[in-house]
Amino acid sequence: MSNSKPALSSSLGRKLIMSLTGIFLCTFLVVHLIGNMQLFKDDAGYAFNNYAYFMTHFTPIKVVSYLLYASIIIHAIYALVLSLKNKAARPIGYEKYDGQSNSKWNSRNMGILGTIILVFLVTHLQNFWWKYHNDQVPYIEYRTDLATGATAAREIQAADFNDFQTTIENNVEIVKARDLYKQVDFAFQNIGLVILYVIAMAALAFHLIHGFKSAFQTLGLSHKKYVPIIEFLGVWVFGVIIPVLFALMPLYFYFVK
Amino acid sequence: MAQHMNLTLKIWRQKNDKTKGQFVTIQANDIADDMSFLEMLDVVNEELTRKGEDPVYFDHDCREGICGMCSLVINGRPHGPKYGITTCQLHMRSFHDGQTIVIEPWRAAAFPVLKDLAVDRTAFDRIQQAGGYVNVNTGGVPDANEIAIPKRVADEAFESATCIGCGACVAACKNASAMLFVSAKISQFALLPQGQTERYERAQAMVDQMDTEGFGNCTNTGACEAECPKGIKLSNIARMNREYFTAKFFREEDVHVH
Ligand code: SF4
Ligand code: FES
Repeated sequence: MSNSKPALSSSLGRKLIMSLTGIFLCTFLVVHLIGNMQLFKDDAGYAFNNYAYFMTHFTPIKVVSYLLYASIIIHAIYALVLSLKNKAARPIGYEKYDGQSNSKWNSRNMGILGTIILVFLVTHLQNFWWKYHNDQVPYIEYRTDLATGATAAREIQAADFNDFQTTIENNVEIVKARDLYKQVDFAFQNIGLVILYVIAMAALAFHLIHGFKSAFQTLGLSHKKYVPIIEFLGVWVFGVIIPVLFALMPLYFYFVK
Repeated sequence: MAQHMNLTLKIWRQKNDKTKGQFVTIQANDIADDMSFLEMLDVVNEELTRKGEDPVYFDHDCREGICGMCSLVINGRPHGPKYGITTCQLHMRSFHDGQTIVIEPWRAAAFPVLKDLAVDRTAFDRIQQAGGYVNVNTGGVPDANEIAIPKRVADEAFESATCIGCGACVAACKNASAMLFVSAKISQFALLPQGQTERYERAQAMVDQMDTEGFGNCTNTGACEAECPKGIKLSNIARMNREYFTAKFFREEDVHVH
């Protein structure tokens, strides 16, 4: 028995890896969305920039973020390996193949949808993650009068910025931060980027409508008690609410701000 | 009164597993709509034989939907345009006069074409031989119903056991995956007391053999379930995964080093 193939190099093992990384990426989406909802606040990015600093400097979150990068890479590589193997499993295709009679369009095109998401991710990370980590975003200073609670914000030069810091002088709280909010605002004035984001979120929606429930099926979690809950979450939370709210962000900055 | 129709068939013809095949257009005239699809092919073959040509090879045996031998992808769907039936149960009334019908063999690396529309499905036999059985003691005949099995469990096992090994699941799957078949075979024993002794060894051995045969990897599209003539459910695949992962990660015999 022990001389059977190692679990993770079997077909089921590879599927298990797709499933686990996929579910992890889904949980990340929830956190990412909740954090980014602060973009809709009309506070010159005060909350959002604070949050961005916290997310990039709090050690446990940094650890999870490395897991996240690994998951994205593993999910993509395994998808490629499995797709190539699946291609090899049918070297001669059908002259006529009526897929829509037996399965959903998105379930048959997870690779294409995933590729759109991957292209988006590269652009996305380059625009925000890379710029934020490489001092390519503007700097901002917030002065909050602790007596009245009124906040004033002004852009500052790189020379006036050492690191993220909060100080209190004469009952005025001074926060200096990297202005990722401004970078978001700037990036989403580009209509091409806005369109890419909306398309990518549509791809994400269709990817997750199949992928979320598929991940649980692969784990063997199939029970009449909770399958309806999984399907509901897959369609409404991961297929509708999350992608729509994400897509609203570029649209908000382009049309409203 | 039966209606009669003339059809244009685009049939895959291939001499043997060494040669390349191609589509050949054959006219099927005066076909009665109460014929089965296989009877229609019989008529075509009689005509070809009369003309001294090689008849079209296709698999069949029982012609009543129980043996699993008949195959054929008809207009892009395994076993043709209906659900829950085999090709021998498909009737010509599902087609209309003047229609063009594309007829292809099951397409999978693990199911090489033997000739024309007949493919070699012994990969399924080898998967079965790897673990799709139970060991029994010889000796006196045991009493019937000696082992109590709850009705629901018996029903579920029976449903899995109705798989006829036709391979339509592989043919329908965009990945040419055999997981519906293998999961049905694993399930029918995993559910029953008689299957417990080899339970986890079976799951590992059959999955290994499935991979060795070169079937693809399931992406849960559900095409297999939709096209299965016996209504084998996707929940079988979930069960196979539980059996396999349990065997790999939690079973004593694998956990401890001997
Ligand atoms: S699972 Fe269904 S389609 Fe697949 S071999 Fe068994 S009966 Fe045929
Ligand atoms: S010939 Fe036996 S099932 Fe069709």
